[in-house]
Amino acid sequence: MSSPTSKRVVQIGPFHPLLEEPVGFSLGVEGETVVDVDARMDYIHKGIEILAQQRTYDMLPILLERICGICSVTHSVCFCNAAEDLLGVEIPPRAKYIRTIIAELERVHSHLLWVGLAGHFIGYNTVFMWAWKYREPVCDVFEMLTGHRQNSALPMVGGVRRDIPVKYFDEARKTLDMVEGKTQMLTDAVLDDPVLAARLKGVGVLTPEEVMEWGVVGPTARASGVDTDVRRDEPYAAYDELDWEVCLTQNGDVFDKAVVRLLELKESIKILRQCFDRFPEGPLNLGTLHIPRGEGVGRYEAPRGEDIHYLRSNGTNMPERLKVRAPSYTNIASFKASCIGEKISDVTITLAACDPCYSCTERTAVVRAGADQPERTFGDLVRLSQAETRRIAAEMGRAPDLQLT
Amino acid sequence: MVTKTPLLLRALKKSPWVFHVGTSGCNNCDIEIADCLTPRFDVERFGIKLVGSPRHADVMLITGPVSRACKEPLQQAWLEMPQPRAAVMVGSCACSMGAYKDAYSVAGPPDKVLLEIDPDAKFIYVPGCPPKPETIVMGVVKLLGAL
Repeated sequence: MSSPTSKRVVQIGPFHPLLEEPVGFSLGVEGETVVDVDARMDYIHKGIEILAQQRTYDMLPILLERICGICSVTHSVCFCNAAEDLLGVEIPPRAKYIRTIIAELERVHSHLLWVGLAGHFIGYNTVFMWAWKYREPVCDVFEMLTGHRQNSALPMVGGVRRDIPVKYFDEARKTLDMVEGKTQMLTDAVLDDPVLAARLKGVGVLTPEEVMEWGVVGPTARASGVDTDVRRDEPYAAYDELDWEVCLTQNGDVFDKAVVRLLELKESIKILRQCFDRFPEGPLNLGTLHIPRGEGVGRYEAPRGEDIHYLRSNGTNMPERLKVRAPSYTNIASFKASCIGEKISDVTITLAACDPCYSCTERTAVVRAGADQPERTFGDLVRLSQAETRRIAAEMGRAPDLQLT
Repeated sequence: MVTKTPLLLRALKKSPWVFHVGTSGCNNCDIEIADCLTPRFDVERFGIKLVGSPRHADVMLITGPVSRACKEPLQQAWLEMPQPRAAVMVGSCACSMGAYKDAYSVAGPPDKVLLEIDPDAKFIYVPGCPPKPETIVMGVVKLLGAL
């Protein structure tokens, strides 16, 4: 029945009040039903992978924290995992626990942030205000322990840069007790609310088959009953020494994605308490390490799913290549499965349900050749580059030492 | 051209409506801006309200450096804002490009991008990576004092 005239395109973005970041969505609609979804995702591309090739290994964790504001611990620790995989070293126990503490604090404040935003997207601003109110004490704990609300600058290759003050652990425990109580209240409110159930159940369903097909990761996959968690499957930091569980729900709709995050939040607080109790003594890092030629892969369970960093070193003090594959990259692709067939009013919450983070994701930009910008082939670029080399060599007053063909 | 009608300015200072534009920042400043609205800081007490369209706004909050793809949308959004208008550059990247100074895909800091089309544009800078919510509130208050 879909004739070319019956399909309309609704453009969302790039600056839209529901989107914190600039991103463009084109929804193909027939009446109220979405039949196609497309995203333009190069508004936030800054070229951080190229910047990473121009920074030394000591500077890199601090640059990589700036890939994404909410996943700042994620990217710096994931890079350190990759470098330590390349080196084949194990970091000291105290560094492992410090990394676990900052990682789980980040997960707690990120999940609370998402729950709030999800409430905001469906017009339930009470949830937004509540969740963000209880996120503030978590940020305070983060500031107390690391000196900053989000960007800790703690991880480094071979351990952590600084210690965290043990004297604040009691204060942190008290705050987490309070946050846990409030999270329980929020969970009960979400689970019992008939309005939320009517609004969110059966919306944006991802079946386990679709999860496998699109390669969905993290809480979005776990909400569909797919048992995956890097913290358990390939433990880094101190997760293998701690007692915790992977939270799963079965239905795969937006409601379950909210529930799985609220359950995970409580697991994270459980992990944090154990870390405070068992916090070991010892050195913080392995000192300055020389990174030899080779390649390494780091995996990390970010609040949004599995993050992968691939690092190739040529033996110098800067990486030859650093590839970042953020969890949102695969989760955003699953919009094709979850949004099509939904009503247009349900699409905003379905888009938000995988907690997409566009600044993590956007690793490329498409440049279209315009009238002032002639289209160039690879051969043209090589010729231009050689001409430029000749020009510079002539300016420097010496013949080019490379044989140009 | 900023028209400094006394009545308009008085109304603007009583209740500035802000529009938030994230021009390819890392998301952190954007979250701190949203944080300003929530119970601990609650800027709506002072009449500061986040609105959904630049046509309703008096002040633009800009975060992040301007990527090449964002340059035109930002300029377009700025021209849609009614006068008198002003912008707050939130965060180190918006002030001075921060960590992305050498990045190839960045067109420039937002103040330069806006001055290209509006030489009389008024700005105030709030540095920090990210600035704390109380700093952002302070920035907006200082901007209103300077108008």
